[in-house]
Amino acid sequence: MSVTQDEFRDALLNPSQAVPGGLSDGAARPAGRRFNVYRNNVAVSLTEAMKEAFPVITRMLGTANMEGLAGLYLRAHPPSSPLMMHYGEHFPELLARTEQLSHLGYLPDVARLELALRRSYHAADAAPIDPQALALDPDRLLALRPTLAPAAQLVRSRWPIHALWLYNTRDGAPKPEPGAQDVLILRPEFDPEPHLLPPGGAALVQALQGGRTLGEAFYAATQEDPEHDLGASLTLLLAGGAITSFDAKR
Amino acid sequence: MSNTTKSLAVAGAVAAALTAVTTTTASAQAKEKCYGVSLAGQNDCAAGPGTTCAGTSTVDYQGNAWTLVDAGTCTEIELPEMADGTERSGSLEALERDLPS
Amino acid sequence: MLDNTHRPLGLPAGPGVGYKPQHFRDLLDDPGPVTWLEIHAENYMGDGGRPLAQLRHLSERFPISVHGVGLSIGGEAPLDRDHLARLKHLVGWLNPASFSEHLAWSTHDSHFLNDLLPLPYTDGTLARVCDHIDQVQEAVGRRMLLENPSSYLAFDESTWSEFDFLAEIARRTGCGLLLDVNNVFVSATNLDFSPQGYIDAFPLEQVGELHLGGHDEDEDDHGAPLLIDSHGREVVDPVWALLDHVLDRSGPKPVLVEWDTDVPDWPVLRAEAIRAQAALDRIPA
Repeated sequence: MSVTQDEFRDALLNPSQAVPGGLSDGAARPAGRRFNVYRNNVAVSLTEAMKEAFPVITRMLGTANMEGLAGLYLRAHPPSSPLMMHYGEHFPELLARTEQLSHLGYLPDVARLELALRRSYHAADAAPIDPQALALDPDRLLALRPTLAPAAQLVRSRWPIHALWLYNTRDGAPKPEPGAQDVLILRPEFDPEPHLLPPGGAALVQALQGGRTLGEAFYAATQEDPEHDLGASLTLLLAGGAITSFDAKR
Repeated sequence: MSNTTKSLAVAGAVAAALTAVTTTTASAQAKEKCYGVSLAGQNDCAAGPGTTCAGTSTVDYQGNAWTLVDAGTCTEIELPEMADGTERSGSLEALERDLPS
Repeated sequence: MLDNTHRPLGLPAGPGVGYKPQHFRDLLDDPGPVTWLEIHAENYMGDGGRPLAQLRHLSERFPISVHGVGLSIGGEAPLDRDHLARLKHLVGWLNPASFSEHLAWSTHDSHFLNDLLPLPYTDGTLARVCDHIDQVQEAVGRRMLLENPSSYLAFDESTWSEFDFLAEIARRTGCGLLLDVNNVFVSATNLDFSPQGYIDAFPLEQVGELHLGGHDEDEDDHGAPLLIDSHGREVVDPVWALLDHVLDRSGPKPVLVEWDTDVPDWPVLRAEAIRAQAALDRIPA
């Protein structure tokens, strides 16, 4: 009797399903719990992967809740790629549609922030420009099209995700207060760091990531906040090594 | 904002940023680059972080059932449902929903 | 490609360890007898950042063995072309001293199950595995090594012994073999055969690398011992003895110590490498 990989896989992911026939202990007795070694490896390794990928969500919900959710997740969304560095990309959706978590509306956005941190960590290296290269005529500055580093990742939220992240990762960080927060992750060398953006900052970054000129991006920022402090935003981008080149069309 | 005002504003902002940023990059360059924290997402002998080429036969894999238990820092955080970042003003309904039952 | 072309091809016949990022600094400061490193290919398939920077750094100091854990060579479905392309890219960039993968499957219906799953040893699976290995060797442009698995169960439909199956794959595809001595011990205990007998029947002349690792002990439904290849502790004495049995017959080979779960501080892993060096030193000239 032969067992297909279809049957093997289905029984792996469904612990209540019978162990496929045709598997033995080598002495003609049914494999029985020997099959559980594989069931366990799959479930435990993917559960551990989720806990390590979402340390803040794990801290917010506690390990037992996270393990239960990881069990739901691995069956709803088995990894679609052999690269475990990308596992968990649909977790925000699972958190959002899980009834028992509906009173914790901020969880999906915190998970998005954790995913963005990992994307930033593995993003391609890109050498930043020498900031002094920006010492140009005012007119040329407006037409500049800066390119942002692949490691620069923007996450917008109507929840205080930066405060939530800090509260769960930094000793003595204050309790989060209600309010929308936009976060820009920057990776000057190899360690991604989430930065809280001032009002208008996310519009500026979105415009720059969309290939707009500095003048257009500044306009977009002032549409969200007429008082937007462009100097502060540019300082953040330059200090974080986020501007990697610019196209200085006249 | 006229184009002249805008270009002056942008120029001022760039000048301010260039002054602010010089010292920051210098200290960042001194950091030892390669050594440091690794983020999650490791493949090990075909199993993910935590277990490897195997694990254990102990049946601690989870099924498709899960019940939320009170745990973690969420129980300390009070963030009522809100729209556009502003707290829903004094809604008793919202308050009740966010209290642990 | 990184500039390490001055290095002789192949791994040195000395001790190596599975590289863990937490050992980065210790490995450079105090490698002990460690002469080469093994990495899991999939962890270095990101676009950049610290993992690749560390690897670039380490490859200037040590020969590197790239050990794939996600290609699913034993899968019923065709190989994942995207993954094959990523492997080709990594091997092309790093120019490693060796490339190896497993006799196992892990992907089905484009679901990656994150474990090394077993396959029956039949004429059909033999043809499929050989076909996949041909494709891999063509894609990465070099001879690969194929590793024997740890077994927890047997397939009724198998008509080949594992050592004959592996020998035939090597004969048909020209690939080399990676002999995991702990896996032999684990499988022999679990399926009740003689580990020495397995070694004596194994085509040792095709072996390009040996693996060692720690295992856990459990039992099956009937109270029979069931060893689990956990890579989470020291290599046990009977496995060191089995390594001696191998080395007496094979002569010096690259010997890798794997430690993947509950990874210890560097001195503990270094001590395992010292023990591997001692095993190599005792081979009669």
